[in-house]
Amino acid sequence: MKLHTLLAAPLLALAALAQAAPITLKDDRGASITLPRVPQRIVSLLPSLTETVCELGDCAKLVGVDRFSNFPERAQKLPKLGGLEDTAVEALVALKPDVVLLGVSARIIDRLESLGLKVIALEPKRMNDVERVIGKLGEVLARPDEARRLWNRIDGHISQSAATLPPAARGLTVYYEVDSAPYAAGAASFMGEILTRLGAKNIVPPELGPFPKLNPEFVVRADPQIIMVGQRSAPSLPQRPGWTGLRAVKNQRLCVWVPAESDVLVRPGPRMSEAAALMARCLRQAAAGPVPLPTEAFTAPPGGMR
Amino acid sequence: MTLGTRGRAALLLALGAGLFVLGLTIGSTGWSPLTSADEGLRQILWDIRAPRSLGAWLAGALLALAGAIGQGLFRNPLADPYLLGSSAGASLGLAVMLFFLGVSPASTVLALRVGMTGSAFIGSVAAVLLTLVLARGVEQTLRLLLAGVIVGVVLGSGTALLTLINLDVMRTMQSFMLGSTGFLGWNSVLVLLASLALAGPVALGCSRSLDALSLGEATARSLGVRLALLRLLLVAAMSLSTAAAVAQCGLIAFVGLVAPHLVRSWGNVTHGALLLLAPLTGGALLLAADVAARWLIAPQELPVGIITALLGGSYLLWLMHRRHASLGAKR
Repeated sequence: MKLHTLLAAPLLALAALAQAAPITLKDDRGASITLPRVPQRIVSLLPSLTETVCELGDCAKLVGVDRFSNFPERAQKLPKLGGLEDTAVEALVALKPDVVLLGVSARIIDRLESLGLKVIALEPKRMNDVERVIGKLGEVLARPDEARRLWNRIDGHISQSAATLPPAARGLTVYYEVDSAPYAAGAASFMGEILTRLGAKNIVPPELGPFPKLNPEFVVRADPQIIMVGQRSAPSLPQRPGWTGLRAVKNQRLCVWVPAESDVLVRPGPRMSEAAALMARCLRQAAAGPVPLPTEAFTAPPGGMR
Repeated sequence: MTLGTRGRAALLLALGAGLFVLGLTIGSTGWSPLTSADEGLRQILWDIRAPRSLGAWLAGALLALAGAIGQGLFRNPLADPYLLGSSAGASLGLAVMLFFLGVSPASTVLALRVGMTGSAFIGSVAAVLLTLVLARGVEQTLRLLLAGVIVGVVLGSGTALLTLINLDVMRTMQSFMLGSTGFLGWNSVLVLLASLALAGPVALGCSRSLDALSLGEATARSLGVRLALLRLLLVAAMSLSTAAAVAQCGLIAFVGLVAPHLVRSWGNVTHGALLLLAPLTGGALLLAADVAARWLIAPQELPVGIITALLGGSYLLWLMHRRHASLGAKR
């Protein structure tokens, strides 16, 4: 017993020292931020950042999140502080966070900094951004090894999803719709990057940017073999002029994401591997025959997803 | 040596027809002529480009008609089709529909049944009715105008609130507010055509009373114009045209305001000629904007409302400056 304490004391002291060492890093605004020690109270205003903090093992340090952070379950019980556009400043400040994690476009950044809070803006957009953001959060939380392992795990899972696809499910042409305007997820978006790794051919080339607003006729001309679309805009899709003749519509190769799946698919974060698995499922089903539509009716929380 | 109304109408119709042919040849890959016998291309031509081009023309015509009616009825050159709250109502209708999509299974079914065009149409008409109620009928023009502004602002804040609560609908709402002609099919064309067939004759029938009204309400009354009936008919025609166009294409900016001014800039016209020529101008304007919207950055698309605002806005500015200069010269 005594021996234990004797041994443990210096170790604890060392750990405390490590915790006390200031952490300096550059965030995605290019601002350099110095944290006096490893933050113990964290607010995250971006679902992908919330998920990353939790995946790195520091879910317990989160004290508040934005209204879209609904995963993992613990995040649902935390105080909701609004979104990036309408953050509840007072409630946020009252939580006395050591650091606030948010996106670059948040309006609240200047206000929070003028109130003396440490703010780290990180914007995961593409796959390599996710790797970088996970690395940065690893620095912030003093968990660099976990961060590296987490990224390797995500990357490995995506490769695995790709490797287990049958040959018939490769090289299929895909149109991924993010909104009915119609906005597509092009090859330059992170959804598109996952699709590319799964061996699918995106009908929207990278030159058009990540989420271009397309002429609907473009989709009709490209005549994709598979369409991936959220349950919100799925019912109206075949009713668009000329769309009934699409191979994907005629042959029932419509992969319709239910809201919980959409949540996973739109977040460039640690659940990207799950997103890859979902898309791989779609490709596999489409290669085998008509893709079954979701059985349950569309229900989404009015708070919106993301 | 000026062209008569008939000559102008024929010219504008020809312009519209020319633009329609252009609309048939311009698609997602830019210029693509119709000569190819490819089955897929024929389907694209007749199921997509033809109704889209025709629909854009009709929507432009309806908006211009509504604008011309508004400017005559309110004797205000700034009147546009959205004056009585039509646009705010349509946006709110759409926002409510999108909001209820997915709240519960029953509301989802209902929302899907009403649909995007249905909800926008209902919202638009309801907003005008609300304006009429708030203005206590059509007795006073000024009260009607103020009520329209108030309805617009209040409903607009409702839309903003719903959009902020449910950020998923933000992109849909935004593309609605910028206007879009991308999904016009033959059904939309029929709806637009029916609205024009209803509202056009009503407006033309009232044109002589509008001429009388331009001399002032008292004069018009002394000339035997039944003002209340006139206002009621024209408000109905105006809101029907606007609601139909807005429901199908979203809030397209400026066409309704600019088209009547364009017509007037070519020479003095009676309301009969204005109500005939303005729709022809508006149709050509919106169709031209639609062609530009799909051509400029093909296969991507610009929101058509941005182009109409740019085109219409700069033309109006030029017109204003030209007038100003000539007025100055006279002095």
